[in-house]
Amino acid sequence: MSTLEVHGLTCAYGRTEVLHGLDFAVPDGRIVCLIGANGAGKTTTLRALSGQIRPRAGRILLDGAEIAGMAPHRIVARGMVQVPEGRQVFASLSVDENLALGAWLCADAHERARRREAALSRFPRLRERLRQPAGALSGGEQQMLAIGRALMAGPKLLLLDEPSMGLAPLVVEEIFAILAGLRREGITILLIEQNASAALEIADTAYVIETGRIALSGSAAEVARNPAVVAAYLGG
Amino acid sequence: MLAQQLLNGLLLGATYALFALGFTLMFGVLRVVNLTYGFYFTAGAFLALWLTQAGAPLFLALPAAAIASGLIATLLDWLLLTRLRRAGADELASLMVTLGAVLALYAGMTAWLGPDIRRLPPGLIAAGALEAFGLRITLAQILILAACALLVGLLLWLMRGTRLGLAIRAMAERPDTAALMGIATARLAALVSFVSGALAGAGGVLIGLNFNAIHPYMGESMMLRGFVVIVVGGLGNIFGALVAGLLLGIIEVLTAGYISSGLKEAVAFALLVLVLWTRPAGLFGTTLARKA
Repeated sequence: MSTLEVHGLTCAYGRTEVLHGLDFAVPDGRIVCLIGANGAGKTTTLRALSGQIRPRAGRILLDGAEIAGMAPHRIVARGMVQVPEGRQVFASLSVDENLALGAWLCADAHERARRREAALSRFPRLRERLRQPAGALSGGEQQMLAIGRALMAGPKLLLLDEPSMGLAPLVVEEIFAILAGLRREGITILLIEQNASAALEIADTAYVIETGRIALSGSAAEVARNPAVVAAYLGG
Repeated sequence: MLAQQLLNGLLLGATYALFALGFTLMFGVLRVVNLTYGFYFTAGAFLALWLTQAGAPLFLALPAAAIASGLIATLLDWLLLTRLRRAGADELASLMVTLGAVLALYAGMTAWLGPDIRRLPPGLIAAGALEAFGLRITLAQILILAACALLVGLLLWLMRGTRLGLAIRAMAERPDTAALMGIATARLAALVSFVSGALAGAGGVLIGLNFNAIHPYMGESMMLRGFVVIVVGGLGNIFGALVAGLLLGIIEVLTAGYISSGLKEAVAFALLVLVLWTRPAGLFGTTLARKA
């Protein structure tokens, strides 16, 4: 159970400012999605949240504590865990080793074994491939591994960057059903997606990000009915 | 005669492998060609020399010199490369910085200590030798072989048998993603520097023991061999470095024994060129394939 609040988040690469003061909130136990076109600043937002880049200005509050500018491993230790863009599995390591890395901060071997068992029953296909290098998995299986690896950290809040990227529609459906299930188990989720229709279907709240600004926000149902959103993102 | 040469080659190769393992670890994990690596070899040899001169027994001087070399490596890596890493500088920048640093270190050491070759205190190891099946192996050689086997075994156990080793392998593949797993990558990088430096230092002590000749520039000629071994073995490949190190030692000894000792380096480097011609990623290389 966890709450994330972002106030005036501003990020820049060199002199180019790419986020101009973002405000959004991810309430406890909800799925919030951030949708927007390529280059709108979605991935930059996530990189700032997980400590991979230092914001130029603004506040990031996780359960009320300031985490802006903190090192990535400290943010993971606070229970906010990222499933990065493009899966980023450790291709040369086995599926089992990838899962083990997710639980790096968990010092208790029994707890690690329990989480591993939970991840494998959630993703039975990973169990069949435990000894194989992660690079040999299909795109969908790699995404399951990336999510399973993040769950090994015992997250309170999960950040997902484009989990549908490059996957077949049936696989996307499967992945999103899993995310909806995680929410029912009490995990808070911030989902970043280009596939707006899939994201809006499972989200509670949605923010539309355009050229580094929040252009629109509201309940997922409202946003999905907004004519501008329909025209730009839902292919209406 | 041939069997004796092979044994001597194996022994020399074991120390080459030990030295190269640290080098390939540093390269594979930290992704930096750190030319100061040869200096840790020199440092290890000198530290052991001074410790034994002060009366320390070898079984204490060897680990103490290795640990101190590891600490020097961690410190130098931090001093020289932290700024470059933060600025995201390319490999050429780190190559030039470490080249400049290592030349300064060798020259400074020579100015301080003189270029003379120093000998370990006599009687450090009992002069005895074992003889069996017409082979002769001295106690010093047995010690070198045992120390190499122990250190290589420890390294393989660390890398393959522990959670720490798993984290190191993950960091070698994707440092940014490793941080997202909660791994404190800067601290882990310091640990890798330490382990590499300690292996180089131990190699220095053992080579010093093998040839009983210690001088400031000994690390430099070792670095050439280190390059051959890690390139032939496949950059960052621990198993490859092990095999290539043993091969290089055997080839050098056989060349010196049957052709001419003046040719041993020529043969070794000609083989390097030949291997890279036919297999650009080295004998056991997967690095190029992984990048593709």
